[in-house]
Amino acid sequence: MRSTTDTPEAVQAGQTRPGLRGRSPARWALLAVGLVVALALPWVIYPPVAMDIAAWALFAVALDLLLGYAGLLSFGHAAFWGSSAYVTGLVAIELGLPFPVAALLGAVAAMALALPIGLLSVRRSGIYFAMVTLAFAQMLFFVVNQWRDVTGGENGLQGVPRNFFGIEAVETEPFYFYYAALPLILAGMWFAWRVVHSPFGRVLVATRDNPARARALGYNVERYRVTVFVLSAGLAGLAGGLFALSHGFVSLQEVSWQTSGKVVLITVLGGIGTLWGAIIGAGLIVTLEDQLASSGFDGIGIITGSVFVIVVLLFRSGVWGTVTNLVARRRGQKVPSEDIGAADSEQGL
Amino acid sequence: MNAADHDAAPAQEHATGRTVALSARGLSKDFRGFRAVRNVDLDVVEGEVHALVGPNGAGKTTLFNLLTGYLKPTEGTITVHGKDITGREPEQIAHEGVARSFQITSLFDNLTPREHVELGLQGMAGGGLRFWRSDKRLLQYRERADELIAEVGLSALADRPAGELAYGQKRALEMALVISLDPKVLLLDEPTAGMGREDVNRTIELVRQIAVGRTVVFVDHNMHVVGSLAHHVTVLMAGEVLAQGTYDTVRTDSRVISAYLGEESRA
Ligand SMILES: Nc1ncnc2c1ncn2[C@@H]1O[C@H](COP(=O)(O)OP(=O)(O)OP(=O)(O)O)[C@@H](O)[C@H]1O
Ligand SMILES: [Mg+2]
Repeated sequence: MRSTTDTPEAVQAGQTRPGLRGRSPARWALLAVGLVVALALPWVIYPPVAMDIAAWALFAVALDLLLGYAGLLSFGHAAFWGSSAYVTGLVAIELGLPFPVAALLGAVAAMALALPIGLLSVRRSGIYFAMVTLAFAQMLFFVVNQWRDVTGGENGLQGVPRNFFGIEAVETEPFYFYYAALPLILAGMWFAWRVVHSPFGRVLVATRDNPARARALGYNVERYRVTVFVLSAGLAGLAGGLFALSHGFVSLQEVSWQTSGKVVLITVLGGIGTLWGAIIGAGLIVTLEDQLASSGFDGIGIITGSVFVIVVLLFRSGVWGTVTNLVARRRGQKVPSEDIGAADSEQGL
Repeated sequence: MNAADHDAAPAQEHATGRTVALSARGLSKDFRGFRAVRNVDLDVVEGEVHALVGPNGAGKTTLFNLLTGYLKPTEGTITVHGKDITGREPEQIAHEGVARSFQITSLFDNLTPREHVELGLQGMAGGGLRFWRSDKRLLQYRERADELIAEVGLSALADRPAGELAYGQKRALEMALVISLDPKVLLLDEPTAGMGREDVNRTIELVRQIAVGRTVVFVDHNMHVVGSLAHHVTVLMAGEVLAQGTYDTVRTDSRVISAYLGEESRA
């Protein structure tokens, strides 16, 4: 990428600093491995579960964009995943549009919802931001639950079709649907990467580390936060729409606080501020839940919760952060001692 | 707070007949009933270096916070080159050409000095909201950024995260960051705090250089720094202006000697 101008020190620094650039052959190898895994997944595991992993991975990447890079912990991201799931489902049922169009319209709806919520919540940070976003998500849950004529209330939306230009394999078989949906998932992830490695992404990290100082440099911190909030909601919406299409129905579960909590759990478990961590976290949690469910175990929450507690206590930078730190240490590089991200850094002057 | 009655006053022209770059009228700030800044009138003449001195807790930093929008005044108005900026947000005031440094080092721990300065240059140029562009766009600022980093002696550390820098290096980066905004008016809050003699002299030299063609207001407890740099001194005491004038007039002012300089010389 920028190998001609990057000094070796810059590359090294990037690798040990979550949230910043680091472009080396290892990064490309990682990308290649990731692609191979994504392509091989439905051969290795049950295709609908593969699709669940892909959708949750994109959802977690969306949350990481907000949590890892802007330092904002949303505890109401189910509002965007879920609102898009409903809009996507309704568009597919009522208008019969091809599924990528339905999912993209769902994502647009999620962004439209995120704009007012973002404007009202970015004035807060830390725990207050988490509480305000949770409150809005609960309001949405209430509306969706009450608005039976449109959403089906507790019954949800049944029979969401996966229209795809009459290509029956995609429309009926999860295996082929996975490959038809994967480009959208990857495009979403690429978009998140683009945002992180843009001039905007640089400012975002600055507003996370020290918002007061960013203002002194002329940056309107709230505007940056609203923008990343809306972008994150769009990606969460794309993921939620594809999830709904994959399952063929939409339930209240998608707008519930449990869904908001699960995506936070996945992202933190995987390791924030890296995007990769979110993907790894989704793979681990969705697979674990599937294994437990198929073994007939009904205390899934206890197991995933315990895994979460253990990882957070023992490996503060998450699974991925711990792995990259170990690799960096073996190469003899300096590793930042401090974790980044969720902490509220609105400090005095 | 009303711009109209302020504009009526000829605040633009200083008594000397020179243009006023930064001006405050009747500025006060209450913290839950405690008046930290009390009815302060301040005129900073364009192109001059103006020192703000006073004992700990005198309200110097609070005054800076008022002037740069980090605090909203309880009473009073602030103008920059005649434009009323009272109640504006810090980022808007930065775009009016007023830049500040912070008494407590305030940097972005995960960004390198080079990235800091690029961020400052971009902040003034605009374009930070472009999330769809590559961050290679920031390379356009690289050359200027490297110049500024060299100016403050940080070239060897240009790619080290700021969180890993030593205290003096962080202070130097603060300076580079403020200069990167190419401001018309600079407010420096204790630029030499905690520095050894060598770094103090280096900072004096640097401030002297960047003060050319600019207006500088700085806070410092070190009278050597004040004496070497300041054309004009304002002494603040318990939130009030105690004395104003040239360094020599203020230094010989009996109230100042008893209230402040005396305390300094005893220390
Ligand atoms: N946010 C705040 N809330 C309440 N009181 C404050 C606040 N900020 C400052 N003060 C009080 O206002 C007074 C002036 O503080 P300020 O920091 O402006 O002093 P200073 O002149 O900069 O002192 P120093 O030389 O120690 O930096 C102090 O008594 C301080 O305790
Ligand atoms: Mg102070």
